[in-house]
Amino acid sequence: MSASDQTLLDVQGLGIQLNTSRGPAKAVREVSFALRRGETLGIVGESGCGKSITALALLGLLPDSAVVSGSIKLDGRELVGLDDADYCKLRGNRISMIFQEPMTALNPMHTIGHQVAEPLLRHTGCSVAEAKRQAIALLDRVGLPDAARRYDAYPHQFSGGQRQRVTIAMALACKPDVLIADEPTTALDVTIQRQILDLIADLVAEQGMAMILISHDLGVIAENVQRMIVMYGGTVVESGTTDAVFSRMGHPYTQGLFRARPRLGARKGTRLATIAGTVPELADLPAGCPFAERCTLVIDACRTALPPAVEIGAGHGVRCIRTDVALARDPVGVVA
Amino acid sequence: MTIQAGVAPAPNVFWRRALRHRSFAVGALLCLVVLGAALLSVVWTPWSATEIDVASKLRPPSAAHWLGTDVLGRDIVSLLLVGARATILVGIIAVGIGLTCGVCLGLIAAAQRGWTEELIMRFSDFTFAFPAVLSAIMLAAVVGPGMVTSITAIGIFQIPVFVRVTRGSAGAIWAREFILAARAAGKGRFRITIEHVLPNILSILIVQATIQFALAILAEAALSYLGLGTQPPQPSWGRMLNDAQTLLFQSPSLAVYPGAAIALAVLGLNLLGDGLRDLLDPRLARQR
Repeated sequence: MSASDQTLLDVQGLGIQLNTSRGPAKAVREVSFALRRGETLGIVGESGCGKSITALALLGLLPDSAVVSGSIKLDGRELVGLDDADYCKLRGNRISMIFQEPMTALNPMHTIGHQVAEPLLRHTGCSVAEAKRQAIALLDRVGLPDAARRYDAYPHQFSGGQRQRVTIAMALACKPDVLIADEPTTALDVTIQRQILDLIADLVAEQGMAMILISHDLGVIAENVQRMIVMYGGTVVESGTTDAVFSRMGHPYTQGLFRARPRLGARKGTRLATIAGTVPELADLPAGCPFAERCTLVIDACRTALPPAVEIGAGHGVRCIRTDVALARDPVGVVA
Repeated sequence: MTIQAGVAPAPNVFWRRALRHRSFAVGALLCLVVLGAALLSVVWTPWSATEIDVASKLRPPSAAHWLGTDVLGRDIVSLLLVGARATILVGIIAVGIGLTCGVCLGLIAAAQRGWTEELIMRFSDFTFAFPAVLSAIMLAAVVGPGMVTSITAIGIFQIPVFVRVTRGSAGAIWAREFILAARAAGKGRFRITIEHVLPNILSILIVQATIQFALAILAEAALSYLGLGTQPPQPSWGRMLNDAQTLLFQSPSLAVYPGAAIALAVLGLNLLGDGLRDLLDPRLARQR
């Protein structure tokens, strides 16, 4: 497709300020990324690093009190400051989202068929019978057994994995351009996780969508996306193609995250590596690098200002002034 | 697998459980008796409830007058039957006013938040400060006493109760993830309110309505007793109590009958409300 090199979603300098009980908090600052048609992007980071907030900002679903700065462009159209009625026409139609908790993402009072057919009726203006036909086809496609017969069943009659299939069908009903999957497998059994991720990958490839996959699991990111960004303390600390980032981790946080993963075959009694300290409170983020307090390579300059992103490879950016040191140190822990 | 809260069970299962639920069954029976009495009075009463027969006043119970007659010679049974009509009418209309206005305002407050919510909630606090009797007295002073006055006063008194209950429970539903999912699917606040929020708080509202119905009956009786509600010759239980007051030592049974009728109707509605709360709440239902 000729449109494939054209930028579909362009996020530049996104900043989000939330009003919390402890005062204004900069939940997200200086987040930039671009997504082309058919491309997949992973966002990885710990809880509270701003991943989900960024996703909600793309959908315009932040609380009313949130202040958004920067720019989000979909096909060249500015979405920041778009009024709610216009946003409603995009949500579920051009951008849609799969949620973390399939147990709670479906309304217990409505049948699953109704919930899948709803976006079709709303955005495509097709007839009720046509919407039902398409919804059954969708439910069938996402691998819900006996879709036609279970069209009128309620969410509580399904297992977690089946419900996640239903929410995927809901999100894909209108063939969106951008699919945001916010930890789509975190609440599921490990055995189901793989099936769901494969299903999402197949559907993304089949429909030529762009996908943003949010996860805290590096393994999930490594296997499912072409490009990735690592977020910490509300900002992007490292970004690049998945291959580039995994072969050459430039940010001490990315390295720490990688070392902290559990490994098969480790000697019995081996403790999991951890990153000392905790994620900073968004309400009182330091002026400098948000990772400074936990970083082993920290120097005074780290604490004065948010480090600029430096390129350490083609399209591979790292927001760290100690990248050279980080790259030079013990690669064994990183690559093994 | 756990069963999700808020799922309506199949109808036949619901009724089987309902009949086994003691307070629901008793409450429903009492309410049906009152409703039956009101309906019966439309087509048949043993005597005319408005016909005065001073010659046969204050008769004890007999074959002709099952519960005797009052000071004007009216048949007590007929008065009770026709009085049930006023009670139910006032209850339904007043709760209707409170429910409609209160639920709308509560849903708007939960959906809009911000200053709209603030305005609605402060308005309801303000209304809440006036008891039904006080607003009825004020209204009666302006437009004169009567059934319409008491219905309006009780109805207005009910609004803030429903505003609070609706806003509280709707607010909890708005925080659920399926609402976020519905918004992500492109639905506006209005559609989400109608399609997602309202069905999920309906059981709470039904229960609240039965309790408010009982309160409305009590308020109507109080207002009629004070002479602000139903006006003679229209019979009502509250008026009967008022009439009986002067003869309390001469024939106390005149006060007992309407008093018992009010008590049973209120008891029935409260039991019904309790029963419905248990039956419509799947978490409580499973413990049984």
